[in-house]
Amino acid sequence: MIGDTLSQVGTLLATHSIYWLFIILMMTGFYIVVSRGNLIKKIIGLNLFQTSVFLFYISIGKVTGGTPPILPMKLKVDDFSVYSNPLPHVLILTAIVVGVATTALGLSLIIRIRESYGTIEESDLLEINRKIFSRENVQDLQQGDLFKDE
Amino acid sequence: MQSNSGRKKIESIIILALFIFLVISAIGVLWVKHLFAAAMFSGIFSFLSALLFVMLDAVDVAFTEAAVGAGVSTILVLGTIVLTTERAKEWKASDNLRPLLLVILTGAILIYGSLDMPEFGSISAPAQTHVGLTYLESTPKDIGIPNVVTAVLASYRGFDTLGETAVVFTAGVGVLMLLGGFIRTRSRRDRG
Amino acid sequence: MIQALVLKVITKLMVGFIILFALYVQFHGDYSPGGGFQAGVIFAAAFILYGMVMGLQNVERVLPPWLTHKLMALGVIIYTLVGIYSFFVGYNFLDYGALSPAHPEHGQHYGILLVEFGVGVTVAGVVISIYYAFVNRSKTSKEDE
Repeated sequence: MIGDTLSQVGTLLATHSIYWLFIILMMTGFYIVVSRGNLIKKIIGLNLFQTSVFLFYISIGKVTGGTPPILPMKLKVDDFSVYSNPLPHVLILTAIVVGVATTALGLSLIIRIRESYGTIEESDLLEINRKIFSRENVQDLQQGDLFKDE
Repeated sequence: MQSNSGRKKIESIIILALFIFLVISAIGVLWVKHLFAAAMFSGIFSFLSALLFVMLDAVDVAFTEAAVGAGVSTILVLGTIVLTTERAKEWKASDNLRPLLLVILTGAILIYGSLDMPEFGSISAPAQTHVGLTYLESTPKDIGIPNVVTAVLASYRGFDTLGETAVVFTAGVGVLMLLGGFIRTRSRRDRG
Repeated sequence: MIQALVLKVITKLMVGFIILFALYVQFHGDYSPGGGFQAGVIFAAAFILYGMVMGLQNVERVLPPWLTHKLMALGVIIYTLVGIYSFFVGYNFLDYGALSPAHPEHGQHYGILLVEFGVGVTVAGVVISIYYAFVNRSKTSKEDE
């Protein structure tokens, strides 16, 4: 029973372990995003996460013993050559460029946050926001009082 | 057959070594408080992942990752550091526990999901048998260029790429609007 | 700006080769790894390098910001025009056979070259514009302080 399970785990390690490696990398990036309060660090973590997803996606298109999907110069393809799947490459290639464009957008948002709040730490930002909201609430209450007096 | 299994072994050793370096640089990003060092670690991560893309036969993607991920995003992060702050605030060790639990849970779910996936490198996997194979077979006839990735990118899926280009354009316009890139040029031309 | 002579000399030497390499990647993308996305970024990297070492004023004299803003849109326009042309000649949208009806394969070649050129122009324009925006921002925020 235990021997069966162990041998199953063994075959899984041989065939699936590369997916797990990429999942571990993904989770490292995710951990940076959720645990660090600095916004720049969050963006860098998001980048790591994104790159790991790309690696995972590309690994689906890999064929054992295959070569990159670039045919010989005269387009004479023999029947014995194995090529990896070009489709994931195309999708990820565009995703990388779109990813850097959106990263730039996120970074410019961070710059604007810093200019109007003076900080890029999540805890400080939440603190400032809480203060602003409580002040507004107090003002609302006072205005409500005014209306009541009238 | 012998040489094929030997090649597979070498490939897996290289992938494992690159993975270890990738994890080290990711932990570097996690650990350092100086944001400049974090940016450098993320650049190293991008270059290493470009190497890993080459190992996975995706040369075009590796090229893009080396130019875009390692080059341009590092420059942008450095520019942001210049405009904001160089040091991240200290974090409490007690803050690490809940995120760690969340991440381990998510990772476990993902690994459980990956058990249903086809074997790595299998030629009979569903991803290999459908449209990808068609592209490989019909590119020499239809398009007549050797680089299948370019053929799929620009011709078979040209509409998709048009959309991606529009997304890049939109993101660029968004950055310029946020950082006031448009206003300055107009005032400069008015003065001139 | 920076008083590093070695950096300046090497940059002056390198910029030409980087642009040449970008053009190679752009127009040889049919045969080897490469294409519009990579070429655009490499082209932009040449200007970013020049700007970082020589100062923003010098690089803005070569490639003024209003021009990069136009380039951003120009690439998408080139791409769309290729599609609309095939539309009007009686083919499907973005069917490059329209560019050379006698030899559809040649049409595909021309179409891919044009479309990749459009992608390259947009990507280069966007990356350079973003770089200019970041650097200009740091200049103005320093003046404000």
